Amino acid sequence: MSAEEREIVQFDNVGLRYGTDREILSNISFTLYPGSFYFLTGASGAGKTSLLKLLYLAQRPSRGAIRMFGTDVITLPRDRLPAYRRRMGVVFQDFRLVDHLSAFDNVALPLRVSGVREADLQGPVTDMLEWVGLGHRADARPATLSGGEQQRVAIARAVIGRPDMLVADEPTGNVDPEMALKLIRLFEALNRLGTTVVVATHDVHLIRKVPDSLIMRLDKGLLADPTGALRYPPKRDAGLA
Amino acid sequence: MPWVIAIMVAITVLATGGGLALSNLVARASGDLAGSATVQIIDADPQTRAAQAEAAAAILGADPAVASVGILPEERVEALLEPWLGAGASDDALPIPALIDVRLRGEADQATLDRFRDLLAEDAPDARIDAQSDWLAPVLSALSTLRWMAFGVILLLAFTGAAAVWLAARNALDANRDTIEIVHLLGGNDDQIARIFQRSILLDAVVGGLLGLVLGFAAVLLMGAQFAVLDSGLVAGGGLDTGDWLVLGLVPLFAIAIAVYTARMTVLSSLGKML
Repeated sequence: MSAEEREIVQFDNVGLRYGTDREILSNISFTLYPGSFYFLTGASGAGKTSLLKLLYLAQRPSRGAIRMFGTDVITLPRDRLPAYRRRMGVVFQDFRLVDHLSAFDNVALPLRVSGVREADLQGPVTDMLEWVGLGHRADARPATLSGGEQQRVAIARAVIGRPDMLVADEPTGNVDPEMALKLIRLFEALNRLGTTVVVATHDVHLIRKVPDSLIMRLDKGLLADPTGALRYPPKRDAGLA
Repeated sequence: MPWVIAIMVAITVLATGGGLALSNLVARASGDLAGSATVQIIDADPQTRAAQAEAAAAILGADPAVASVGILPEERVEALLEPWLGAGASDDALPIPALIDVRLRGEADQATLDRFRDLLAEDAPDARIDAQSDWLAPVLSALSTLRWMAFGVILLLAFTGAAAVWLAARNALDANRDTIEIVHLLGGNDDQIARIFQRSILLDAVVGGLLGLVLGFAAVLLMGAQFAVLDSGLVAGGGLDTGDWLVLGLVPLFAIAIAVYTARMTVLSSLGKML
């Protein structure tokens, strides 16, 4: 297996600006390896959400190169991007649940998008809702759920498809410490199964709970490397933690 | 949305019904008149007029190009003129021409009419021969224009319907932008998202199309009944046959196809602006 195939994400001198404003991300270069657990930290406005948008293919950079799963996604035709998005799970900062769908249907959405048959998704979706403690709220619409419950539905939706990479933007911001720990343990369990996890947070306590994690810090659009994750990336076999 | 489509379909069915009825009317009238000619014997003397009419009828009746010849009875001519000249107009003070209705086996073209004129020149020198289609040419031309206008209205309605669906699809897109973005970011492709909208518009279009068809049929039947009361020789030719009703039945199908296609194109165009 070549190095390029092993690297799940590779950013090379990436910059992002909106319109003619100054760059909100500059000279971003890093490599993410399969089975690693990364925390992306930084003050509010540092560019964490913008970097995550580039990661989950919601945004094209203004300059630089991005390779994902061994493919240059900048030059990739637009109609081939959905296949790459399906390999990722995303927890959005504002949850972004579909209002008119029940908790069950929200969690089932990625599986339906991927073409999983209805008979095959009942069990996994029910189990996942049970795992995040919402088995009894399967029929509830997002508007009737608390902020914490909505967040758990969003996380369940992100991990239901066993993605190759999980991208989470402040995933524990609205849940109590006990549930936050439980969710982080879920991320770790996924990580042990080979999923690369990228969590954007400024919660130091959360970071400390995952001792093997690597930290990337954004400061005014520039990427710092406090744990050497970028300078000395972990040499691991693909898919193994 | 279903009501907009229903109204569009109802008006389109009515316009199509009108256009088809006018087409039938023009075709039937043209067909009837194409092989007909009228011979007028214009002579002030009633005896000479009658003698020339008899002679002309005999000569034309013997011609192989002629299917039938009939001298219009004087009472019938009087009845035809009565609305303009009043009762008892055919006295000696106002000589009325004798009229001969000639039905040909082929068309009453100029060459045939010239040959008839030559045939009658000796025995009926006061005869004037005209193709009946000449008389009604302006009427048929006007009807033909109306027919094309009806089809123009149908085209405009199709565009208007497509524009209405486009607006509805745009509104639906705006209202569901968050959902679309989520499905998009979860890996849904454009076709999957477009199909969701197509299904939604399809349901509206089917309901609206059926409703519009019922309303349109009712309007066409009502109009047909109103014109049938007139029972004029011209208007009676403008009925709808089975094929025409089938065409009207296809109108909602076209409306549904236009609605679904427009919705799909609108959604795909909007999605094309996303990464």
